Amino acid sequence: MDTETRMSTQAQHAVGVRQALIDGVEKVSGQAHYTADLPARDALVGAILRSPLPHARIRSIDISRAQAMAGVHAVITGDVCDVPYGVIPIAQNEFPLARERVRYCGEPIAAVAAIDQATARAAMAAIVLDLEPLPTHFDAASARAPEAFQLHDDQPGNIARDVDHTFGDIESGFAASDLVLEERFHYAEVTHAMMEPNASLASWDAERGRLTLHTVSQVPYYVHLILAQCMKLDAAQIRVIKPFVGGGFGHRTETLNFEIIASLLARAAQATVKLELSREESFITHRGRPETDVRLKIGLSKTGVIKAVDCEVVQRGGAYAGYGLVTILYAGSLLHAMYQLPACRYFGLRVYTNTPPNGAMRGHGSVDVRHAFESMLDTMAQTLRLDAFTVRRANLLPIPTRTINDLQVNSCGLAQCLDIVQKASGWDERRASMPKGRGLGLACSHYASGSAKPVHWSGEPHAVVNLKLDFDGGITVLTGAADIGQGSSTLLAQMVAEVLGLSMDRLRVVANDSAVTPKDNGSYSSRVSFMVGNAAINAGKALLQILLEAAAKKLCVPIERVECLGESYGVPGTDQVLSYKEVVTLALQAGGTVTARGHWSTPRETQGGKFRGAAVGTSAGYSYAAQVVEVEVDEDTGMVRVVKVWVAHDCGRAINPLAVEGQIQGSVWMGMGQALCEETQYHKGLHMRANFLDYRIPNIMESPPIETYIVEAPDPNGPFGAKEAGEGSLSGFLPAMTNAIAHATGLRLHELPASPDRMLDALVARKRALKLAAAKAAALQKERA
Amino acid sequence: MAKRIVKLGVNGRAREDAVAEHTLLLDYLREQLGLTGTKRGCDGGECGACTVLVDGKPQLSCITLACRCEGQEVQTIESLANNGRLSALQSAFNDKLGSQCGFCTPGMVMAAQALLLREPDPTEEQIREALSGNICRCTGYVKIIESVQAASAALAAPN
Repeated sequence: MDTETRMSTQAQHAVGVRQALIDGVEKVSGQAHYTADLPARDALVGAILRSPLPHARIRSIDISRAQAMAGVHAVITGDVCDVPYGVIPIAQNEFPLARERVRYCGEPIAAVAAIDQATARAAMAAIVLDLEPLPTHFDAASARAPEAFQLHDDQPGNIARDVDHTFGDIESGFAASDLVLEERFHYAEVTHAMMEPNASLASWDAERGRLTLHTVSQVPYYVHLILAQCMKLDAAQIRVIKPFVGGGFGHRTETLNFEIIASLLARAAQATVKLELSREESFITHRGRPETDVRLKIGLSKTGVIKAVDCEVVQRGGAYAGYGLVTILYAGSLLHAMYQLPACRYFGLRVYTNTPPNGAMRGHGSVDVRHAFESMLDTMAQTLRLDAFTVRRANLLPIPTRTINDLQVNSCGLAQCLDIVQKASGWDERRASMPKGRGLGLACSHYASGSAKPVHWSGEPHAVVNLKLDFDGGITVLTGAADIGQGSSTLLAQMVAEVLGLSMDRLRVVANDSAVTPKDNGSYSSRVSFMVGNAAINAGKALLQILLEAAAKKLCVPIERVECLGESYGVPGTDQVLSYKEVVTLALQAGGTVTARGHWSTPRETQGGKFRGAAVGTSAGYSYAAQVVEVEVDEDTGMVRVVKVWVAHDCGRAINPLAVEGQIQGSVWMGMGQALCEETQYHKGLHMRANFLDYRIPNIMESPPIETYIVEAPDPNGPFGAKEAGEGSLSGFLPAMTNAIAHATGLRLHELPASPDRMLDALVARKRALKLAAAKAAALQKERA
Repeated sequence: MAKRIVKLGVNGRAREDAVAEHTLLLDYLREQLGLTGTKRGCDGGECGACTVLVDGKPQLSCITLACRCEGQEVQTIESLANNGRLSALQSAFNDKLGSQCGFCTPGMVMAAQALLLREPDPTEEQIREALSGNICRCTGYVKIIESVQAASAALAAPN
């Protein structure tokens, strides 16, 4: 009997259990230390001087007065680092402190380390900037104009990336369609607004030339690589530690300028520097979802089957490359793998502008195009006199599927998701007789469970987990996967406990200390449950093998005959039995402390096609979700109230159903923020909403009940069948809400968020159009009479 | 900068500390007393993460001067556990996943604590109202409401 079958014959006790977070006690008791909470009594205070202009040539920076001030230990400028950085190795064009030019308001120009905040502020005020203003472009259209001023000398036309992908024969597809519709949509820029403001604590060991950085990262490995690069240090001289992190949602996937600046300051001051950004600075650091224009054309048969899709997306990407090329590729790639598309053309443009750089945000690249798609499906279903559910069911993917853009889909529970929300929302009974101003809307969405190809193609496994078992019988899970609140550490412990048949009490997780834990590609694109989960299972299996061998040797039977029952190991059919502790002691006798290792990589067939950009959107498994949203629209004020949401999400297998529910609810709600009220705003490049009062996040009064259903369509590649749960439900909310608004009012919004002013404008415009039409008709009648 | 001796209670302990007149209660708690459970999430009065109780009432410590707490009793998240055991609210937030990243949690729990002190059996509407000044970016608030309801029920149940 191999390990696999032996496991499956046991009652499952850790996987599938509603498990409180293993670090939850620290969080609710105030004992969890986030970066700003770390004891650092003697640390210097860091501060960043930022550009007051959106685009300028730096003529000179005079730091002499600041440097001479008592209590100032270091003043640095772009001179300290001449190596550009960026999350994508082929698109690095940003410096931690600007050199020669600044390209957005708030870009770091200089930084100070001083004995206290007042001194640091005084020193910043003493720095003299001589900036020569340059022409500016604050939107994609202006930056793309033929006469536009180039933000980067090597990026003609201010185009960071263009994508032109055609799969299948779209001309024939549209020709064969019974209904073809083309519409345009506009989406405001949104941002992560995670609760913990950015912070870093950097210590420079002057004697040994070593750096230790505590920072708020989702991918400490990237920070490690970028620090080595920018500081020209051997990576072994650097240690990166991630303390508790208060959310990320993509903001902390890229290495951010303040982390590098804190480290550069620490080296310059030969000391420890604590750099805490304000909320305003955290907003400006940004990397959120770009302002986006979508033109979409869909062809349907009269039964609602999709025949062809033609989509054009323009994203205002901000001042630097960042994640841009990936975002613009995602927007095209994830048009696929939702429904069966026989033909699809995608044209995407990522444009440089004098605004803070955009980046990855929950639902990376997929959200705005999904709104356009689901919104139009709804409109077209109406024209074809088909129910919203019917048109979705007409396009479900057969499983397994290889999409026309080479995404491999091996599981899909969307049909079940649709059934559940149709029933739970009372769609069939209620929709035809809603009270005035009320409406129900449906939409579907999906997401990848981790990018099948890592950003750094080093040839290493995609995920590694180490286990340490020692004399005490405790097992420490060592992982580099960053738990930023999503509960990944808990999930990894559950998986190891499941494999070994042990209680969670025997497990500990130590995460994210580069000196201790294995390298991990980080918490992005919902990869951790899937990839690191598989590595955790494999590590558990490796440890189990060691324990079984030790037991077999002692019991003088072949290993195949030994059965693991968690707290005991025995030979079935005999009275031969050893306690877990005895087996641990035996295993340790062979060579002391036991270390077991597990790793995992995505199967080759899931890594996508051969065309340029094919890697983006690939995944070893896709999650699926359907949701119905009920809204109430006040036609006098334009206020939209979300009454209730019913959501079903196929996560393959819920390792921790409690956390899965939390992730789904959080995703739906974050989608609601973008749909209803969140948007950034700039005045000549100056951020006008860099706080929680002007950047409106839904509060608890405005947040609806979210009835959550977990669907389990196990994925053959997933750990215990699991897929992602933290992103796939987000993008569906936006179209489900606007479809509900259309049902309530007859109005289709083509611009988001559906703020009261936009909603009211649309209502008034319709009223006016109706009145004008009526007046015209009356006049015509009069004429005839 | 002028300092004053301030007499106040913090988490049940009488204190007499020299505090600069412009020192915010949040900075006094975090920097002078090392009580880092109370969080700074914004630039002043926007998010509720720094909520503490002053004489039993919820207050934003990031827009409260420490000196103004003279003679008053300040309670932070660190005060709730009893002999190392979580309070009913803390247990409920832990068990029901009212806390994901945990950064808003101390403020959220203290705001809920103030509610349960004055209304042990709140309606859902009262819970929403009491927590409307506290932003959470992870949960969509669904499990936060469930947590407060569970704590209220646990406190009402006979031991």
